[in-house]
Amino acid sequence: MTIRKTLSLTTAFALCATGVFAQDVTLTIESWRNDDITIWRNQIIPAFEAAHPGIKLDFQPTAPAQYNSALNSKLDAGTAGDIVTCRAFDASLQLFERGQLSDLTDLPGMANYSDVAKSAWSTDDGSQTFCVPLASVIHGFIYNVDIFNELGLEVPTTEDEFFAVLDAIQEDGSYIPMAMGINDQWEAATMGYANIGVNFWRGEEGRAALIAGESRLTDEEWVAPFRQLARWSQYLGRGFESQSYPDSQNLFTLGRAAIYPSGSWEIAGFREQADFEMGAFPPPVPAGTEGCYISDHTDMGIGLNAASPNQEAGRIFLDWLTGAEASTLFANAIPGFFPLSSAEVTLEDPLAEEFLSWRGQCESTIRPFHQIVSRGTPNLSNESWTASANVMRGTWTPEEAGEALQAGLSSWYAPHQ
Amino acid sequence: MSRSRAPRRPIRWHIAVFLAPALIVYTAIMIIPLFGTLNLSLFTRGEGNTREFVGLANFATLFGDPRWSGAFWNATWNNLWFFIIHMLVQNPIGIALAAILSSPRLRFAAFYRTAIFIPAILSFVIVGFVWRLILSPLWGVAPNMMDAIGLGNWFAPWLGQESSALTTLALISVWQFVGIPMMLIYAALLSIPDEVLEAAEMDGITGASQFWKIKLPLILPTIGIISILTFVGNFNAFDLIYVAQGALAGPNYSTDILGSFLFRTFFGFQLQLGDPHMGATVATVMFFIILAGVSLYLFGIQTRLRRYQF
Repeated sequence: MTIRKTLSLTTAFALCATGVFAQDVTLTIESWRNDDITIWRNQIIPAFEAAHPGIKLDFQPTAPAQYNSALNSKLDAGTAGDIVTCRAFDASLQLFERGQLSDLTDLPGMANYSDVAKSAWSTDDGSQTFCVPLASVIHGFIYNVDIFNELGLEVPTTEDEFFAVLDAIQEDGSYIPMAMGINDQWEAATMGYANIGVNFWRGEEGRAALIAGESRLTDEEWVAPFRQLARWSQYLGRGFESQSYPDSQNLFTLGRAAIYPSGSWEIAGFREQADFEMGAFPPPVPAGTEGCYISDHTDMGIGLNAASPNQEAGRIFLDWLTGAEASTLFANAIPGFFPLSSAEVTLEDPLAEEFLSWRGQCESTIRPFHQIVSRGTPNLSNESWTASANVMRGTWTPEEAGEALQAGLSSWYAPHQ
Repeated sequence: MSRSRAPRRPIRWHIAVFLAPALIVYTAIMIIPLFGTLNLSLFTRGEGNTREFVGLANFATLFGDPRWSGAFWNATWNNLWFFIIHMLVQNPIGIALAAILSSPRLRFAAFYRTAIFIPAILSFVIVGFVWRLILSPLWGVAPNMMDAIGLGNWFAPWLGQESSALTTLALISVWQFVGIPMMLIYAALLSIPDEVLEAAEMDGITGASQFWKIKLPLILPTIGIISILTFVGNFNAFDLIYVAQGALAGPNYSTDILGSFLFRTFFGFQLQLGDPHMGATVATVMFFIILAGVSLYLFGIQTRLRRYQF
C-alpha cells in the first residue's frame, strides 16, 4: 500500500516536473571557442534569455584541437548538444550529408546573408544551407601610424605606391619595412598569397572559375601574386627565412616594423601589446585593374543538431543570431571577428571599423583554396603554404610554383584533368 | 617406469603465472595494436564510411604513385641523413666524453657528467623552443655571440634554409642526447677490471694506446647497443621536427622524416583530412625498415662481436 502510494506520488511529482520543464527548454551549445566563454555567459546568453523567456542556453565549449573528434563521436552516440558550432567547409558538410545537422535553408534570417557568407556551410551547388554564418576574418595590412607620420608616408592604394612606401622605409633604414617570416609557412600563403591575390583573380569570379576548371593555376592571375610575393622578400627583416609567426607579431608590436600583412583577427591581441596608433589598408590594387577585392574569410558558423528534440527552440535561437542585436554584441565582444550578417552593425574599435568598412568599398571573397579544391590528396591549401614560402625564399620561381600547384590539383580533381 | 611417473610430474604453474603479467600487458598494448596497424594498411575507405579490403594496393600507391613515393623517399633519405649525423657526431663525442670522464685524474667529473646528461631529460618541446630562440636571427643569442668573436657574417638563418635545416636539427638532437651514449660507455668503461688495465700497464701500454688497444675492444658490444638504440630512436623520431618546424616539416619538406610524414598522413593537417589507411601503410613500412635494421645488426654484427668474460 505505502509502496504504491509512494510510487504514484513520485510519478505525479515527475509529471509535474516534466510539465515545468516542457515550458523551459534548455539548449546546450557545443563550441570550440572556450576563449569566448565569458562573452557568452555575460553578454550573449543574458541578452537572448531576456528576449525569449522559456528558452535557456547552456554554453559548453571543448578544447579547439579536440572539438571535431569530440563532436563527431557525440553526434554518433546521440549525446551532442542541441546547437552545434560549425567549422567551415568539409568538416560540417560531412555532418550534414550524414544527416546530423538540420537543414536551415528556410530559416527567415538566412536572407541576411550573401552567397559568399553562406558558401562555407552550403552544399556544393549552394541549394541547401545548414549553418548560420557567424563570423569572418578580413585580410589586409596593419601599419604603424607613428612610423608613417615620422617618415611622411601616405597610405598606399595601388601596387606601385605600396612598393614606393616599402622602398622609402628601406631607404630610411631605421625600421624594418614589413614584418613577416616564412618559417611557419602559413603566413606566406594566408597573409601573403590569399591576402593580395584576390585583386588578381578578381575575387569570387576567379575562385569559381578555378573550381569549374575554367582557369588553371598556371594562368597569369594565379601566378602574378607569387611574383609580388617574390618581391616582398627584400623588404623583410634579416633572416626572415627562420622568422616565426610570433616573431613577426612581436616585431610589429614592439614598433620595429612599419607594416604587418595580416588580418583582422590580430586586432584584439595587438590592442593589448602595441602602445602606438595603428591603421589598416586593404590589399593595394595592381595597375590597370578596376574595382577592389578583399579576402573576407568565413571562419565560424552555428547549426542545429538534427537529433535534438528542441528543433523549434533551436530555430528561434539561430534566427535571433542572424539579427542586428546579436551581430553587434559579437562584433564588439571579439573585435576582428566580424559578423557576416548584412544587418546594421556598429563597432566601437576604430581599427575593426576600418577593416569592416572595406566591405562597402570592395567585393568580398573567401580564401581561394578552401572550398572543394582542397578535398583530395595532395591538399591544395597545404601545398600552397609550401609553394608560397618557396617563392619567397627564392627556391622556386613564381611560374614553378603555379606549375607545382596545378600538377597537384590535376592529379585528383576531375574538372582539371 | 616412465609411464607411471609422467602423470605425477607437477605442472609448473609458476612459469605461466610469472610470465602472465608481462605477456598480457605487452600483448594488449604492443602486439595487438601492431597487428591492428598491419591489418589497417590492407583496407581503404569505400563509399559511405565502409571499409574495403584492397590487399597491397596501398603499398603500391606508396611506392608507385610519383607524389607518394617522392614524399616517402624524401622522408626516408632525410631520416637516413639524420641517423648518419647521429652516428658520426653523437656517438664518437659520447665515447670521447666517457673516456675523458673515466680518467681518474679529472676533477669535478660528477659535475660534468650531470651537466652533459641534463639535456637528455628535458622535454623535446623545451629543447625545440630554446634552440629556435637561440638561433633566431631577430632575438637569438647566436648572432650576437658570433658577432663578438668576429664571425658575424657566418651567421645564417639555419633553420629556415633548405640546405641547412635538417643538419641543424640533427645537431640539436645530438646536443640533447649525447649524454645517453656517454653514460652507457662510461658505465662500460668502469666495469673493466683494474687487473686488465694494470696488466696492460705492465706491458707498457698506457695513455691513448691503452684506450685504443684495451678499452675500446672491451666496450665494442656497448657501442653496438648504442648504435641500434640510435637507429631505432632516429627512425621513430618526430617530436623535435614537429616542435621546431611544424607538421609540414619546412622549409619545402627538407626536414620531413618518416615520423612527420606518418603524422601528416595519418592525422591529416589543416584542411587535409587524415587517412588512417595510408597512415597505417606508412607505419607498416617504418616498422619493416626498423625491423630490417635491427635484424641486420642482430644477425650480421652482434653474433660476430667478441665478448670477454672476466
